[in-house]
Parts: sequence; C-alpha cells; structure tokens
Amino acid sequence: MSAPSRPFLPVLVRREHASLAIKLVAPPAALGLATLLNLGLYLLMGRDPVAVFHAMLLEPFLSWASFSEVLLKMGPLLLIAQGLAIGFRAKVFNIGAEGQFILGAIFASAIPIWLPQATGQWIWPAMLVLGALGGALWASLTAFWRVRLNANEILVSLMLALVAAQLLNYLLLGPWKDPAGFNFPQSVMFQYDAMVPILIPGTRVNASLLIAFAFSLAAWVFMQRSFAGYKLQVGGLAPRAAGYAGFNEGRAIWLSLLIGGFAAGLAGAAEVAGPLGQLQRSISTGYGYAAIIVAYLGGLHPIGIVFSALLMAALYIGGDNAMVSANLPVAAVRVFQGSLLLAYLVAIAFVRYRLEWRHAAHGSAP
Amino acid sequence: MNALEFIVAGMLAAATPFLLAALGEMVAERAGVLNLGVEGLMAMGAVIAFIIVYHGGGHLLGFLAAGLASAALSLVFAVIALGFRANQVAVGLAIGILGQGLSALFGKTYESLTVKGLPKLSLPWFSDIPVIGGLFAQDVVVWLSLAGTVAIWAVFAYTKTGLVVRAVGENPKAAHALGYPVIAVRFAAVAFGGVLAGFAGAYAAVVYTPLWADGMIAGRGWIAIALVVFGTWLTSRIFLGACLFGAVSLASLAAQATGLDVSSQLLSSLPYLVTIVVLGIISSNRRLLKLNGVASLGEPFEQ
Repeated sequence: MSAPSRPFLPVLVRREHASLAIKLVAPPAALGLATLLNLGLYLLMGRDPVAVFHAMLLEPFLSWASFSEVLLKMGPLLLIAQGLAIGFRAKVFNIGAEGQFILGAIFASAIPIWLPQATGQWIWPAMLVLGALGGALWASLTAFWRVRLNANEILVSLMLALVAAQLLNYLLLGPWKDPAGFNFPQSVMFQYDAMVPILIPGTRVNASLLIAFAFSLAAWVFMQRSFAGYKLQVGGLAPRAAGYAGFNEGRAIWLSLLIGGFAAGLAGAAEVAGPLGQLQRSISTGYGYAAIIVAYLGGLHPIGIVFSALLMAALYIGGDNAMVSANLPVAAVRVFQGSLLLAYLVAIAFVRYRLEWRHAAHGSAP
Repeated sequence: MNALEFIVAGMLAAATPFLLAALGEMVAERAGVLNLGVEGLMAMGAVIAFIIVYHGGGHLLGFLAAGLASAALSLVFAVIALGFRANQVAVGLAIGILGQGLSALFGKTYESLTVKGLPKLSLPWFSDIPVIGGLFAQDVVVWLSLAGTVAIWAVFAYTKTGLVVRAVGENPKAAHALGYPVIAVRFAAVAFGGVLAGFAGAYAAVVYTPLWADGMIAGRGWIAIALVVFGTWLTSRIFLGACLFGAVSLASLAAQATGLDVSSQLLSSLPYLVTIVVLGIISSNRRLLKLNGVASLGEPFEQ
C-alpha cells in the first residue's frame, strides 16, 4: 500500500484509552500556544512583545494591588462559568449568559433605585437574591422556547442577550437615569447598605468571591456526587441511553438553563452591589462570553474552572495593563481569548486521538 | 417618499448582508457543518473591506480581500472542527470571538471614518413604476447577490455537485462508501460559507452603511444563522426571510423618522425579537424541521 507516489500525511487515530495526562497538559499547552501566536501578532503590529508579555501575563501576579484586582474579576467569571459548564455537559448550549448577567444587575439595582433611603443589612443580600432570580427568569425564556417550542437554545439565548443590552440602555437613558448625573447613562450611586461587604481590607475584593467559591463547591457536589447531576451528564453524553433510562430531557434543559441563569444573574447583581456601586452601561465587559471560554478551558470540571477563571481574570487585568504600558488596544484581549479557546480545542483533541504519519489511502482525503 | 416606498426601495439592500451570510451558512450546514462563527467572519470581512476602500483600493478589491480574509478564518474553523474533530459549537463560538476581536483591533484607527458607497443601477421603465419602482433601482452588489441566489438554488436543484454536498450532510458514511471525499467537500462548503460571510460583512461596511464603527455587524451574523432555520435550509425561503429582516430593520428606521413615540431601544431590538418569535413559530413545527433538516448536522465524521 505504501506506494511512493502517495503523499505522506498526518492522520488522527483514536486512542484505546483517553489520555488523562494530556487532559491535564492541554490547558497550559494551549496557553503557551496562544501566547506565542499573540506575541507574534503584537510584533507584526509594531509593539514590543516582551513588554506586552510582561504587562499582560506577569504583572497581574507581581503586586498585591493588581492581584487583588484579579481576584475581584475572578468572582463573576467563576460564577458564570460554573453555571454554564453544568449546561454544557448536558449539551445545553446557553451562550446568552451575558444577557442573564445584565438582567441580574437590573433586578438587583431595582432595590436601591426604588428605595434609595432604605437602610439595613438586609439590602445587599436581597439584591443578590433578586439578581439571581432575574437571571434565572431571563434564562427561563430560552428554556421555554427550547422545551415547548423546540427552538435552538443557542440562537434564542444569544438574541435575548442582545435584547437585554438594549433594555439596559433604555433604563439608563430613560426611567433609571440619575437626574443629577450630567446626562450620563448611569443610575444614582447606591447607598452604603447596598454594598457587598469587603472581604480583604484595603482591596476591592468583596464577599461575592466567597459566594463564587461556595457555588463552585456546590457545582462539584452536584455534578460529581448527585444523581440529578449524573442524569444531566448522561443526557449530554448519550441522549438515547438517557431516554431509555427514563431521564426526562425537558427537565434537564430547564435545570441547565435555570442554574446557568441563576449563576449569571447572581454575578450581575454582585457587580452592581460591589465594585460599581451603581447601574452603568458598561456593567459587563463581555463576562458572559468570556465565561464560555473559562468553562471549556477548565475542562467543564468545577475544579478546572477555578484555575481557568483565575487565568481569564488575570488576562483582563493584564490587558488593561498592556493598554496603558504598551499602547495595546483593548480588543487584543478578545483576540487572545478567542485564540486561547481555539488552541485548547486543538490540544484537547489529543486526549482521544494520537497523530500518526501514514500514506494517504485510496484517493480520499484524510 | 412615504414610509412604504422607503421600505420597498431599501428592503433588498438591507436584506443583502443577511442573505449572503445566510446562504453561505446554508451551504456549510447542508454539508453537515454547523459554523456558529458567522458574526466574527462578517466582522472580519467588514473591517478588511473598509480599510481597503478607505485607502482607495476600490470596492472590487475590497470585496475580494474581504472574501479571502473571511475564507481564511473559516478554514481555521474547518481545520480545528473537521481536522481535529473538535466540538463544532465551541469552535464556532471561538472563531466568532476571534473574528470580532481582530475586527476591532484592525479597525481601531478607522473608528467613525466614512467611505463612499456604490451608485444605484436602475432597471429602465420598471424603476418608474409608482410605489414599487424603487425596488428596481439597486446597487451592483444587490443585483449580483440576486443572481448568486438563483445560481445557488439551481446548483442544489439541478446539479450533481448539489447532490454530493447534501449526501455528505445527510449520511457521510454512505457518501464515503460511494467514494466521495467527505472531509474535502465539507472543507469546501465551509470555505464557501466564509467567502459569502466576508462579502456580507463587506457590503454592510462599505455599501449599506459606509461608516466604520466597532461592533457594526450588531448580531446580523447570528440572525443569518437563524435565517437558515427559518428557511428550513431552502434557498427560496431563506431569500424571503432575508427580505423580511431587511424590511423589519427599515421599518424601525422609518418609524423613528416619522417621530413615532416608541423608544429607539425597542426599535433596535425589533430584529432580535422578531428572530425569537419566528424561531419559536417555525421550530414548533417539528415535522417541517425533520423533513428539511440536515441529518448529521454538527456531527464529526470518522471513517
């Protein structure tokens, strides 16, 4: 069969056993590959790649001041990604977490905007609860469309995210605009009791990071230890088997979307009740989309996601650093995020496949 | 010009980005590949075309380069999703994020700059008909897109190429057994979809609204993907759907111009809301989707 005229081509061959070693190596390998590619891009753009590398990937970890900002950014990413990963494992692709995040922020803001004089320690917990419910409510629209109307949840959840952004604009330009805010599209500043308590004195890191870790623990218990989580995973891996076993597909979709919406809404509430202290147009810098990457990069596993959320948060802070110190546009962060996910998807292919060099078979493409 | 004439005259131009991107996605999906990166591919085409036209390269070169750039990006998708058999949903999302990021990066210094669009070419006599006359005065890209739509329809209706693409999407194992190169056909379909998405973005950026603004694609790539479902993978219905969306986006403009007391945010979200509603209506007809859907859409092929 090995006629010399046939080209020598790489072929992916299925492994007999999935390789756990590669599963662990894939994320750092992807980070390395994406870093190389992006540094090359910066070089082409005429920036000093060493300076950008230093600002983007090292500086966030070099001082306590910037690392605390990384922890601050990590909270929402961790929360949203944990929620999304549960759905992704059930093959329910909620990609509209951005919208659920915005609705969470809007619902939470209703309390301090309508009751600006209210005081008491109940305010910020009530905001978080209301925000989580708002996110879940927004996600329930997608669940209804998917389960009752058979509509694709990817498209519906994304469209609802675009609608949510317009709803936020409407509120900030209209009824919720701060009358004393010089016409800026933002609400009044919230009262002191509407703020989530600071966790680490001297920084902006607040208790919502603890909530994100608690949620991660709950996600781990749910996915790795509970029967409901098991049913979700079977539905994702082998939908037919799940059907034969009597696992209800509609219920799995509802559960996935409600959990995802709940977590994203909670994250949105924690943003306005935390570092922002008001409802603004720029409440989210793409957390909902970045969290999709965090979920995949963490292997859709609650523990892996903790690490990938930290990495993604560092990239945000590093991107801001590089913007200031190396004059790199903010969009570079999005390019890095996209290429990081692509590199990871290539690396993860080697968990199930290995590369073999073979002569091409009879006339068909490899 | 009253609102009706305004919508009739502008509908086809507004529909063109939707139409081109949706037809490209339809071809890829017919071959069994779900490419969710259309929004990023359009953004990429848009910025490349804008930069070239802005620097005096002309519209033809702008469109060609946009098609090439988006095709290149769609080939990255193909290599990872088809070559490495990665999850097509995840790869598509990543390509979308990457394309939008690159678009913002390249377009940064062009923010709010403008270029000249294209002149309208009128069909004699027809364009003088009252009320609907405006329908027959369109720029060259619209005319070519209409011709291309007919061509794509004919390829799927009458040629062996169309049959092979559909066979590869319906039952890749059988197509492979018959000797058709499944992966090569899928690569070609994805690249074709990339070219059309690039054209769609180029049209949006240098003809329809010849002004550069980051995020100018504004969800049109996603609506194009939804249009493929609305059109149940059929060229003619996708064309009608694109016209509907062209009309909807113009209707919101017309409503604003007449000073109708509706918030502009509601009007901006009108296309998204219409998408959600129509998606619900079409999808709830499970038989229709099953009949026209692509059997192995999104599934990797291993021989």
